[in-house]
Amino acid sequence: MSLQFIQEPLDKTAPRVVPAQSVTLNVNGQDRTIQIAPWTSLLDALREYLDLTGTKKGCDHGQCGACTVLVDGKRINSCLALATVYQGKKIQTIEGLGTEDNLSPLQQAFVDHDAFQCGYCTPGQICSAQGLINEGRCKTEDEVREHMSGNLCRCGAYTNILSAVMEVLHDGEAVVDNGVLITVPVASTKASSVE
Amino acid sequence: MSQTIATPPTVRLDSDVIGKPINRTDGPAKVSGAAKYAAEFGVTGPLWYGYIVNSPVAKGKITKIHADEVLAIPGVQQVFSHENVPSFAWFDRSYKDDVAPGGSPFRPLHEPEIMFSLQPVALVVADTFELARYAASVLRIEYEVEKHNTDLESVIDEAYDAPKGKTGFMPPPKPKGDMDKAYQEAPHKIAGEYIHHAQHQNPMEMFATTVDWLGDGKKMKIYDKTQGAPNVQQYLMKIFSLSSDEARVISKFTGGGFGSGLRPQYQVFLAVMAALELEHSVRVVMTRTQMFSFGHRPHTLQKLRIASDDLGHIQALEHKALAETSQFENATETVVNWTGILYNSPNTNFDYQLSKIDVFTPLDMRAPGAATGNFASESAIDELSYKAGKDPLDFRLLNYTYSDPTENKPFTSKRLDDCYHEGAARFGWDQRNPEPRSMRDEKGMLVGWGVAAGCWDASMQKAAAKAVLSADGHLTVSSATNDQGAGTYVIMTQMAAQTLGLPMQQVTFSLGDTNMPAAPVQGGSWTANSVGAAVKDACQEVGKKLLKLAQKMDDSPLAGVDFEDAQFVDGHIRANEDITRSVAIADILAASGEDKIEADGKAGPNPINQLKYSMHSHNAVFVEVKVDEDLGTIHVTRVVNAVAAGRIMNPKTARSQVLGGTVWGLSMAMMEETYLNNELGRYMNHNYAEYHIPVNADIHKIDVIFVEEEDDIASPIGVKGVGEIGMLGVTAAIANAVYHATGKRVRELPLTSDKLL
Repeated sequence: MSLQFIQEPLDKTAPRVVPAQSVTLNVNGQDRTIQIAPWTSLLDALREYLDLTGTKKGCDHGQCGACTVLVDGKRINSCLALATVYQGKKIQTIEGLGTEDNLSPLQQAFVDHDAFQCGYCTPGQICSAQGLINEGRCKTEDEVREHMSGNLCRCGAYTNILSAVMEVLHDGEAVVDNGVLITVPVASTKASSVE
Repeated sequence: MSQTIATPPTVRLDSDVIGKPINRTDGPAKVSGAAKYAAEFGVTGPLWYGYIVNSPVAKGKITKIHADEVLAIPGVQQVFSHENVPSFAWFDRSYKDDVAPGGSPFRPLHEPEIMFSLQPVALVVADTFELARYAASVLRIEYEVEKHNTDLESVIDEAYDAPKGKTGFMPPPKPKGDMDKAYQEAPHKIAGEYIHHAQHQNPMEMFATTVDWLGDGKKMKIYDKTQGAPNVQQYLMKIFSLSSDEARVISKFTGGGFGSGLRPQYQVFLAVMAALELEHSVRVVMTRTQMFSFGHRPHTLQKLRIASDDLGHIQALEHKALAETSQFENATETVVNWTGILYNSPNTNFDYQLSKIDVFTPLDMRAPGAATGNFASESAIDELSYKAGKDPLDFRLLNYTYSDPTENKPFTSKRLDDCYHEGAARFGWDQRNPEPRSMRDEKGMLVGWGVAAGCWDASMQKAAAKAVLSADGHLTVSSATNDQGAGTYVIMTQMAAQTLGLPMQQVTFSLGDTNMPAAPVQGGSWTANSVGAAVKDACQEVGKKLLKLAQKMDDSPLAGVDFEDAQFVDGHIRANEDITRSVAIADILAASGEDKIEADGKAGPNPINQLKYSMHSHNAVFVEVKVDEDLGTIHVTRVVNAVAAGRIMNPKTARSQVLGGTVWGLSMAMMEETYLNNELGRYMNHNYAEYHIPVNADIHKIDVIFVEEEDDIASPIGVKGVGEIGMLGVTAAIANAVYHATGKRVRELPLTSDKLL
């Protein structure tokens, strides 16, 4: 005999749709007013209503850090924030840190150290690193590693992220002991190619 | 063993750009947020949002979908399910993509039958994302539940030989000699069973499609997350009977793939279906949970038996694997062959089988098959080295093979020996105390040093490119290839700049659009090789045209010079014999009066070379772990990853590939396991909090060594690719280091603390 299973809402009295409201957000120094449902996350407000797609959605559950933005200089996961709550605060996204033609020192350091591959976690990493620098409590490699650990990078660019953050944190003076590249040039001829 | 100090790559001229550590050309776009991924493109007119609903049961049948309740919500446009999605293409072949395995591909929303937990069962389309998500959450669906089986170990008896047919799949090598007899008679022998569970690729960007409905017949711009726009286009054209003009697929940036984007995923089917049905722009983005609802690295059970003589020469080698597949497709990987390629043995036996369970079809995941087989075989080799009383590195060198024993072919190049020597020197392997549990650090933590080798095939696929040199001297090269983070943008720009002797700033490489010449999916480490050769070919064709135009100029200094005798350097064409015979490319363009010079290029594998040679990249990995025995915690404190993969086009981005591969190998060793609850038939840890991958604090020092090879047989441009090779060896080297530290041989991944206590 077969079993029945009914997929249904956990709360059978789920709320009906609430009308959109006018919300004004100060993003990268500009006031922007949008019409959104009250349960719209800050992340979705930025991406879907303000066309600021530099801020990424990687999990929508505060687990990966791809959505990190700065609010009054402090780093937060914008996916765990309701947009309406952030009215009146200064929100800074990756687009507000620098542009393609005018990169911030942190953005330039990420390029120079190849501190990313696919680039999807990168805006979150950079905003998080900027937040870390603003916090002013991390100096050593281990501290930076620990305090950058809320931002996942599936490509595994962590050592280069560390190098980039340490460079900016210490104005280019940091010596980071996280591995080197060695190239052994081609030997005389095609070694071991013939049976 | 000598220490090699960093030396620059082989550089012939200061103007050379290939082989130099040049920053990614797409870097500024990525770090400033300007790079657009699939879910981020704007559309013409309003955009509707689709939200996917997935099955909570693993097997059964949908008996009722209460769509009417949801359709009554203002702003909900449609609820798609098997009840109202029209029939599209009839035959399985229409649903097969370029890299599909054998069997019947999954057809989303086609039938009421449920074949796996989290199967997509409905798509709710609404005016806003928030509304679509809400409406999906209140959609009631009734199921008739049937008994499922997701336990691979319960269907071992139903195993069958893995069928051929999938791109890149090599059946197990034929047996040699008398395995059983040799094994029984050998003085040193080991036998072990190795297990890893399902793992999910989990790229950071979730699968997403934005369909821009252009309002001109069925014309669409389909922005898709994929590792190959042409593969997605072919799939959509066959299913929905669309022309290439109607189904233009665009994928400019891909937020990681690691194999998950090789096959078109169901969100692209759903988004295009909805757009066609509603004649409207639609965006569908998966959730992180839904990222666990399709392919994965298959749960695999392996058995190895290896034996050696008194001197440590391997006499018997057997590697068997059993992997899961779905009920509807035969997902195959090359798992056991690599063991036979790395080590010679007069007596061998190889076996690779599949069993079906009620999950979605497994899907290639970084170094597919090789990562699986390599963990087991390099653990087993290590174990045998102790039995034979040999240093694990010496044992590997003792059993080094200069030709491929599985096919009796010479390698086109193989500098694994130099990887061993250079890696060992850098690591300080000669300081190792061979005795397990013999080394401790200043805090009293157990220290272990482990080594392992890896290999991956250096393959090439058909690819095409187009080069256009405009009158202002700017070169634009295009190919419908992909950059999931590998560095395609920058290395192809380097290749084009090098070929025509132009500065990097004067060259633009664009990719990821089916309006461009076709390229294979980005996988198998073949992009640099295949697309690189096509780019070179296209640029050389432009070069030939330029030379002809130069020779038409009055009193041309290049008169009578053949293309083969000309060089393209510093914006000039020069005669090799006498470089003062030179014409500036800008002058040629001006004199010609042409507004542009364009040419197509192509490349593909050389079948004769493939018959005669074995083509592989290799690596040797050295690892230090520190183990806190009271807590069972393991820290990987140092890694040296020495890679021989032909010519390195860009040491900066290639190093990043190997760094990433190392992190992947560590992740596989210590963290990754998608926990399958067989009672529910469901992956339980379907999120980033419970599916563990490394964070910054987990990763310490990683040295990368490139042992360069000259190899014009494996590739016309000397490149073997580095996407997979960096991951190999790492997992086993960590397990071997843990053995050296603790005396415990762990054969089931991941190496979590409970397995050491």
